[in-house]
Amino acid sequence: MMISMRAAAMAAVSAFGLSLAAPVASAQNLTMAVGAQVTSLDPHYHALSPNLAVATMLFDTLTAFDAEARVEPGLAESWRVVEPTVWEFKLRPGVKFHNGNAFTAEDVAFTIARVPTVPNSPSSYAIYTRAIERVEIVDPLTVRLHTRTPYPVLPNDLGQVAILDKETHEGASTEDFNSGKVAVGTGPFRYVNFRSGDRLELERNDAYWGDKPHWAKVSYRILPNDASRTAALLAGDVDFIDQVPTSDLASLRRSDKVHLAEKDGLRIIFLALDHQHPEGSPQIADAEGKPLGKNPLHDLRVRRALSIAIDRPAIASRVMEGTSMPSGQFLPPTAFGAIPDLAAPKTDPDAAKKLLAEAGYPNGFRITLSGPNDRYMNDARIVQAIGQMWTRIGVRTQVDAQPWTTFIGRAGRQELSAFLVGWGSSSGEASNPLRSLVAGFDRDKGFGTSNRGRYSNPEVDAKLEAALRELDDTKREALLRDATRLAMEDVAIIPIHIQKNLWAMRPTLRHDSRADELTRAQDVRPAPAQPAAR
Amino acid sequence: MAVYLLRRLLQSALVMLAMSVIVFIGVYAIGDPVEILISPDADQMERERAIKALGLDLPLWQQYLSFLANALRGDLGRSFVFNEPALQLILQRMPATLELAFGAMFIALLIGLPLGLYAGLKPHSAGAKVVMAGSILGFSLPTFWVGLMLIMVFAVQLGWLPSTGRGPTVEVLGLRWSFLTWDGLRHLAMPALNLALFKISLVIRLTRAGVRETMLMDYVKFARAKGLSPARVTYVHVFKNILIPVVTVVGLELGSTIAFSVVTESVFAWPGMGKLIIDSINVLDRPVIVAYLMIIVLMFITINLLVDLAYSALDPRVRLENK
Repeated sequence: MMISMRAAAMAAVSAFGLSLAAPVASAQNLTMAVGAQVTSLDPHYHALSPNLAVATMLFDTLTAFDAEARVEPGLAESWRVVEPTVWEFKLRPGVKFHNGNAFTAEDVAFTIARVPTVPNSPSSYAIYTRAIERVEIVDPLTVRLHTRTPYPVLPNDLGQVAILDKETHEGASTEDFNSGKVAVGTGPFRYVNFRSGDRLELERNDAYWGDKPHWAKVSYRILPNDASRTAALLAGDVDFIDQVPTSDLASLRRSDKVHLAEKDGLRIIFLALDHQHPEGSPQIADAEGKPLGKNPLHDLRVRRALSIAIDRPAIASRVMEGTSMPSGQFLPPTAFGAIPDLAAPKTDPDAAKKLLAEAGYPNGFRITLSGPNDRYMNDARIVQAIGQMWTRIGVRTQVDAQPWTTFIGRAGRQELSAFLVGWGSSSGEASNPLRSLVAGFDRDKGFGTSNRGRYSNPEVDAKLEAALRELDDTKREALLRDATRLAMEDVAIIPIHIQKNLWAMRPTLRHDSRADELTRAQDVRPAPAQPAAR
Repeated sequence: MAVYLLRRLLQSALVMLAMSVIVFIGVYAIGDPVEILISPDADQMERERAIKALGLDLPLWQQYLSFLANALRGDLGRSFVFNEPALQLILQRMPATLELAFGAMFIALLIGLPLGLYAGLKPHSAGAKVVMAGSILGFSLPTFWVGLMLIMVFAVQLGWLPSTGRGPTVEVLGLRWSFLTWDGLRHLAMPALNLALFKISLVIRLTRAGVRETMLMDYVKFARAKGLSPARVTYVHVFKNILIPVVTVVGLELGSTIAFSVVTESVFAWPGMGKLIIDSINVLDRPVIVAYLMIIVLMFITINLLVDLAYSALDPRVRLENK
C-alpha cells in the first residue's frame, strides 16, 4: 500500500514537471524531430527515404505501402493486368490538389513524363518509371500503363512516385518546390514553410480524400545529432522523435515521460564477401601474414564457417540492446518472397573450426573486416564483435571501421575482402534485394548494382529472371523463395540481423509505426484516453 | 597605404586560388559523391546518368577549369544535394552563424575583460585564484560535452531554455535575424554561451597577463607618482595598452568562430553555416564545400586586414607601410 502511494506521488510529481517544461503542446499541434536530412521538396529530385517521407505527407502516390510494406491503393483505387505488358489503373474520383485543381489521368501522364527529366538530379526516380513505355489515357479516371516487358513489380515501384498536377507543375523547377511556390499535392498536409536543413511546417489538408490526420499544424524539425534529439524530447521542445539511439534506450524505457514504439524493419545488416580475386583476396593472408595464393572465401566451407562462427543472438541482445532480429535471409519471414521457416544460422564455433580444417586451414588465416562507423545502428560495434568471434575460430581478424564516405568508395572498387553493409528493401519484397545484392553484376539487365563482392551464380540469376517476368503472385513468390534459398545455402552474403525501427514520443501520443522506416505526421495520433485509476 | 592594400589583395587572390585547388583535390580523394547521393535502388544506367548530370564524368583538371571559369563570373556552382547555387545556400545561413559568433564574442568580452582586469590587478587575492582556476576549466572542457550538459541542466532538468534550434526570425535588410525577438534570444543563449566558454578563458588570461606586465612599466609608475587616481591609471593608461593583444586574438577568434562553430551548431541544431558544411562533407557536396572554404578564406583575409588597421588606430607607433 505504501509503495503504490509513493508511486502515485512520483507519477504526479513527474507529470507536473513535464507540464512545466512543456507549455506549448496544444492538442492540435505536433512538433516532430527527425534525424535524417530532407534535401528537397521536389518529390522527383532526389530518391532518398527521408524525402519520400515528406513527399507522402504533401503528395500521394498511385499505389501506397501500408505499415507492413504491403502495396495498398493510393490515388489509384484498383488496378489489374489487362495483358502481360498492359496495366490498367482506375483512379480515385473527386480528389483535389491543395489549390483546388482536380486530379485526373492527365496528371498521371504528366508525372510519368516529368520524372526522368528533372535537371541535375543526383539520384533520379526514373528507376521506378523506366519500365513504362507509354501511358494511355482511356478516360479521365482510367489510365493504361504499357511496359516494355512483363513487369510484375510495377505497383511496388509506383508507390515511390508522387503524383503532380499538370496545370501547376508544368515547367516547375526544383527551386520552385523548395520555395513553396508549387509545393502543392493531394496529400494529407499542406505546405506552410520550409527552411532547408532546419524545419518544414505543415497544416492539415481538410479536404483530404482519405483519413484526415489529427494535427492542424505540424512542425517537422531536422535534428541529426542523436543526443540533442533525445534531449529535445526530454525537455519537451518536441513531441516525437525518430531514430532513437540505442545507448539511450535503457533509460528511456524506464522513464515515464516517454512512450517508445518499435517495429521490425526491412533493413538487413549483412557481411559481403569477396567472391573475386581467385589469386588471393586483397586483405587476406595466411596465419603468418604471407600471401595465400588463393582466395579462401571461394570455398563454401570457409564461408559457412565464418557464418556459423557469429553469435547473432549475442549481437542482438548486447550490442543492439534488443533492437534487432537475428536473420538468415534478406527479409523478415513474413515479407513477400521470404522463406517462413528459414531461421538464422545456429552459432557453432566448434563446427566452424572443423569446417576450416576440412577446407585446408587448420590454423586459420588473417583477414580484415571493414565497415562504416556512421551509417547503421551501432555499425562499428557490430564489426568489432564479429571480429572477436572470428578470431575465436582461428581467423585472426583486424577490424577497420571508417566513415561511410570513404568506406563505400573502397567497397565499390572491390578493395575489401569482407565488409558490413545494410540494405533496406524499398519495395518490401524479395526481388529487390536479390536483384541488387546477389544477382551477377550486369549493366544491361541492371543486376547486381550493390553486389560489391561480385557474387555470381547462374542458378540464382535464372530463378530471379523468371520471377521478374512472372505475373502470377503465387508462382512468383515460389521462384523468389527458390532464388533466396539458393543464395543463402551458398552463403552469397552472411546475413546478421534485421534492424528494428525505433520512435519515442510523449506518453500521450501513439505511433502507427512503419516497417519502411518513414516518419510521417499522419501516423502519429493521441493515445486513447487512460482509465481513470491505474 | 594604397600600395600596402593592393599587395594584400594580390596575396589574398593567390591564397584563394591555392585553396580551391587543395579542396578540389581533397574532396576528390575522399570518395565519389555519386556513391553517397544515389538511391541504393539505382541501376548502372542511372548511375552513369547521375555522374554525367553532376559533371563528374570529366577528368578532374577539366572539372576544375570549368569551376574556375564560372567562379570568375561569380558562380561557385550548384549544390549536388539541393540543386541551388552554393553561394546562395551559404549566404542564407550566414545570419544564423553571425549572430551566434557575435553573441559569443560579446559574452566573452563582457565576462572576460572585467575578470581578467581583476585577476591582473589583485593577483594574490583568493578571488583571482578562483578566476584563474576556472579559466583552465574553460580551456579544457570539450565544447561537445559542455553543450550537452547545458542542455541537460537548463532545458531538460530546469526547463528554463529551449533545448535546440533557432527561434523566430525578423527580417531586416532582407536577412532573417532571430536576436531581435525575446524567444530568439532565449534560443541563442545556450549555444552562444557554449561557444563563448573557451573565449572567456582566453580573454581572461590575455587581459591578466597584459595587466601584470603593464603595471610594472615606467609610465605606469610615473603616472602613479604624478598622483593620478588608481582608476585613471587603470582605465586609461593600462587598459589602452593591453587592448592590442586582446584585439588581435579576439579578431582571429571571431573568424574561427564564424568558420568553425561546427560542433556547437550540430549539438544545438543551429541552422548555420557550420552545420551546412558538416552536412555537405558527409555527402561530399563538393560545390558547397569549395564555396564555403573560399568564403572563409576571404573572411580571414578581411579580418586580418581589419585587425592590422585597428592596430594603427590603437597604437600610433604601428604604421602600415610598404618597406
